[in-house]
Amino acid sequence: MSILVWIEQRDGKIRSVSREALGVAARLAGSLGGPVVGVCAATADPGLAAMGDAGAERALLATQPGFEHYDASGYAAVVVAAAEAVSPKAILFPASAMGKDLAPRVAARLGVGLASDCTAIDVEGGRLVATRPVYAGKANLKLSFTGSPAIASLRPKVFPAGAGAGKTCTVEALSVDAAPARARVLRVESSAAGKIDLTESEVIVSGGRGLKAPEHFKLIEDLAEALGATVGASRAVVDAGWRPHSEQVGQTGKTVSPKLYVAVGISGAIQHLAGMSSSRCIVAINKDPDAPIFKVADYGIVGDLFEVVPALAEEVRKLNATV
Amino acid sequence: MLQVVCIKQVADTETRVKIAADGKQLDPAGVTWILNPYDEYAVEEALRTREKAGAGEVVALILGGPGVTTTVRNALAMGVDRAIHLTHEGPAPDALQIARALATELKGMAPQIVWFGRQAVDDDAAQVGPMTAELLGFPCVTAVAKFELNGEKATVEREIEGGREVIEVDLPAAFAADKGLNEPRYASLKGIMAAKKKPIEARPAAPGEPSLEIVALELPPARSAGRIVGEGPSAAAELVRVLREEAKAI
Repeated sequence: MSILVWIEQRDGKIRSVSREALGVAARLAGSLGGPVVGVCAATADPGLAAMGDAGAERALLATQPGFEHYDASGYAAVVVAAAEAVSPKAILFPASAMGKDLAPRVAARLGVGLASDCTAIDVEGGRLVATRPVYAGKANLKLSFTGSPAIASLRPKVFPAGAGAGKTCTVEALSVDAAPARARVLRVESSAAGKIDLTESEVIVSGGRGLKAPEHFKLIEDLAEALGATVGASRAVVDAGWRPHSEQVGQTGKTVSPKLYVAVGISGAIQHLAGMSSSRCIVAINKDPDAPIFKVADYGIVGDLFEVVPALAEEVRKLNATV
Repeated sequence: MLQVVCIKQVADTETRVKIAADGKQLDPAGVTWILNPYDEYAVEEALRTREKAGAGEVVALILGGPGVTTTVRNALAMGVDRAIHLTHEGPAPDALQIARALATELKGMAPQIVWFGRQAVDDDAAQVGPMTAELLGFPCVTAVAKFELNGEKATVEREIEGGREVIEVDLPAAFAADKGLNEPRYASLKGIMAAKKKPIEARPAAPGEPSLEIVALELPPARSAGRIVGEGPSAAAELVRVLREEAKAI
């Protein structure tokens, strides 16, 4: 028995979300029994031995020339082969863009249930219980599994990354006979260099209709830069075409849980609140003291955002200069 | 070319969630039911693909109780040719059960393209599309933000962290539509009238045994309102101080 963890690599580098999943696996192995085994698909070893620090005792590596980019069916074949090799009680994936796509395929191939995008997973009374937000966070659904292995994907930035486990991770080759892919990634086009995805951001500054015009988003970008934050947007401004859909926070957009969420000129429609209410600290800047956003905010400033936001960016820059 | 769009009826995004007495599902009282917003992008893309080809059929496939007919009519009013309703009573099936029922139906239809929304805005699971494709043995791309058909292949784009994957897919294939793929049309009056006469075939769904068990549906802990640090730009310095010293957020 073991717990299998999908180790995601991109461009030959292991992504940090994999350490989060390994950390969870190491915790669950305490009650369910171990060991924690990683599985990875790549063109060469991305440095799997280092995953011992995050809790892995073994890592199974399938290498193939076509594994340079994400190959949904090939990667699924790798995870299924690993599951056959180690008979896991559970298989964990990061709920990244790749993990969200891959986990359902593996679940369908194995004919077992999947709890996707979980924010908690624990052993209760001997069985695994997964908690996942539904209705974009308006409610939490707790699920258990009727078959084995249990499969879960874990929301990024919710679980601490596994570290200091002090295990020695042995890397073993896994041979897989993957059929030629019928969906092939031709290339990956990166957006702004170094841009972090909203779902993986520690700090988010979001703008809404209060900004009055798309060009005023430079105020948001400026504050975001001072805070080292990622820019988000309300549905209203995405629907108006001011910002791309990839920046939308809330139902029909992204559900986020950063350390700090700053809502600027966002009144707080229920769809928006659903998507950001699990943030650790919420700040609202709005001219309307009765805006619903203040009901969920830890701190607020009532005022004209065109005056408040530049002043705030300036104060943050002053702080940055002293620390 | 046959395209099938798998659609779902969901609670409107304005819904304030109340938990039913059993503690396991949404209290349906007072809920407005709509076509899942992501499925609208799927329907729209199927219609555009048919229009560009100048021929072909678009069929909507839905699983649910008798109450889903209005949602089916909405899809038909947008321009879908006909619909198949896999009827299911009782507790909502899990994603794998739905995928099994859809795949069973789709196998007999031999579609070139099967469309889904990237996720339903109720359970947010994002599982049924890729699971159904897997059971059919179809390649599948989820969260499709751009779609272009070139004969027996499609070139699509999918948003990932910090960029987009450009993917070439051999048909037959399944795609899950993301917001931003297109701007869904509104049903015209003519479309609404025509929808009333379009056929909806109904037969019982074959979902098989559940693979997940609902333990509980709970409301998240309510956030209490915090405090207004001040008014206007002069409050900025105080806000930075509390964020650093109290909240330790910066």
